[in-house]
Amino acid sequence: MSLTTWLTDDAPASRAQANLGRAYDIFRRLCRNPLAALGMAILLVLVLCAAFAPWIAPYSPIGQDLGNRLLPPSAAHWMGTDELGRDIFSRVVHGARLTLLIVGLVAVISAPVGLILGAVSGYFGGWVDRILMGITDIFLSLPKLILALAFVAALGPGIENAIIAIAITAWPPYARLARAETLTFRNAEFVQAARLAGGSHARVIGLHILPLCTSSTIIRVTLDMAGIILTAAGLGFLGLGAQPPLPEWGAMISRGRAFILDQWWVATMPGFAIIVVSLGFCFLGDGLRDVLDPKSGDKA
Amino acid sequence: MSTDVESGAISGPPASVRRGSRRFGGLRRLAEFLVILAFTFLGLLAITFFIGRVIPIDPVLSVVGDRATAAQYEAARVAMGLDQPLPVQFVHYVADVFSGDLGRSVSTNRPVAEDLARVFPATLEMATIGIVIGVLLGVPLGVLSAVKRGRIIDQLIRIFALLGYSVPAFWLGLVGLALFYAGLGWVGGPGRVDIFYDGLVDPVTGLLLVDSLLAGDLDVFFSALDHIILPATILGFFSLAYIARMTRSFMLDQLGQEYVTTARVKGVPEWKVIWVHAFGTIRVPLITVIGLSYAALLEGSVMIETVFSWPGIGNYLTTALFNADMNAVLGATLVIGTVFILINKLSDVLYRILDPRSRT
Repeated sequence: MSLTTWLTDDAPASRAQANLGRAYDIFRRLCRNPLAALGMAILLVLVLCAAFAPWIAPYSPIGQDLGNRLLPPSAAHWMGTDELGRDIFSRVVHGARLTLLIVGLVAVISAPVGLILGAVSGYFGGWVDRILMGITDIFLSLPKLILALAFVAALGPGIENAIIAIAITAWPPYARLARAETLTFRNAEFVQAARLAGGSHARVIGLHILPLCTSSTIIRVTLDMAGIILTAAGLGFLGLGAQPPLPEWGAMISRGRAFILDQWWVATMPGFAIIVVSLGFCFLGDGLRDVLDPKSGDKA
Repeated sequence: MSTDVESGAISGPPASVRRGSRRFGGLRRLAEFLVILAFTFLGLLAITFFIGRVIPIDPVLSVVGDRATAAQYEAARVAMGLDQPLPVQFVHYVADVFSGDLGRSVSTNRPVAEDLARVFPATLEMATIGIVIGVLLGVPLGVLSAVKRGRIIDQLIRIFALLGYSVPAFWLGLVGLALFYAGLGWVGGPGRVDIFYDGLVDPVTGLLLVDSLLAGDLDVFFSALDHIILPATILGFFSLAYIARMTRSFMLDQLGQEYVTTARVKGVPEWKVIWVHAFGTIRVPLITVIGLSYAALLEGSVMIETVFSWPGIGNYLTTALFNADMNAVLGATLVIGTVFILINKLSDVLYRILDPRSRT
């Protein structure tokens, strides 16, 4: 039996086979959508760049070479060099690590917090719901970037604080989403059955409700990634995110600002990296929504 | 930019609206709106209070410096009210904000409220022109994209709109400056007006375009126009992206409905089906979308203003950030947050009032 027939088997023999089969099905449908496939390819390149940065980058990302300052793009320096003679291509490749670190940590912090708050709120209803959703709504109606700026101002600049600040402002949409999903099945028979079987509230929420909220959350997180990257880059640009000499893309643009008129490549090249990666997340997010959420079709 | 309405802008009126009786519906809605508004605003105040008083390890130290004597330190601590319990401090803070006292800015040595009143019109002017550009281009593009669904033009518009979610505003500003100002010389450079026109017109409204017209000084007007057009267009691009995406989504919903088919079968001209029948129904949800993007532009202007040295609230905020001028940072956060909340909630209310389904 080949791997494909095992994956597409109508009667999976184990839970693992069913899950892998479903993942394979989603993957196949994503591949049929050209933009989603492009998005996946971009993110694959990003992950590979991050994983193998020291082998891909031809030069050190922080080693200075003042004899080769501000060289235009050439065969030796694909994206040129910056004001300290550092190879911009190498810095962009190493920057992929920081970008992945930021989006990964923000997602890992904010999505579970939002999911749990939303599920608890929807499951219990009543006053719990009113208070939790009231807080969520307040956060939702505040400007995210400004809040993140103010938090970083108080916490002090740095990549960790930037991640915390972005995560603090990123969770509310997930709470709203999880609450809406939870409301649709909190009175469902499988929930009642789990309660009757003696399952605690925590068990019902954790094992029966949260897993059902994950697919819509994954879509939302993927679509939000572009925004997170832009916010992180913005903080870096303002000097509040990653500090020199870290090759963070936003901070690199900020350094290149002084040379934008004569040595355009210093500021523009990292910008292209940000755009390509953000677009990749947008394409994949759109594609995932089409595949996982048939209700919305390919409208937006 | 916020995409929070994406999942449910066209939904029925909320239960509270339906429950409201015919006679007191309006009053009830108004009261409910005010209560929500008050709570949201209190929430904003709680957050700025928290950022200003709780997160810093020692707010007194940042005022007196590390060479102060113990007596000076204690005096400053009492003067700042930090010897009182946190809830009391919060009440004082709220009272101060409501009386218009946002503290003094360390860097300009003026009351923060005064500073903000001076810089806010510049931001308002840029964001307003930005949203006009965004609506004028975004709505037709969205409609076109929906009508030509699946064709090449639709794909191009969709990618163009997604760029609005993927391009860093500050980067686009830099590239725009390099290209259109330094390279081609089509537009004015950073700042609101050419340097030799600076201060020629007395601020009446604070909106330079309006003030220069009021003063009848066309030179200043055209110079200001020259300077505002690039940052406003770049800002507008970001609202364009969101507006076009949402317009497309709304239009596709409508174009699939049976009344559209009926109209077509009856021989109504296609332009009329699109612009009168289908577009007529999406005007109301579009207002919410436009309101939200306007609020988002006020926020987005922070980055653009930094790049264009635009003397607005965003520039004020980032300058204050670097001078560790916490009063100014929190004041600016509060003002942007308040405007953001107001526009958000107002477009929400407008939606309910204009939606025929909520009329009883």
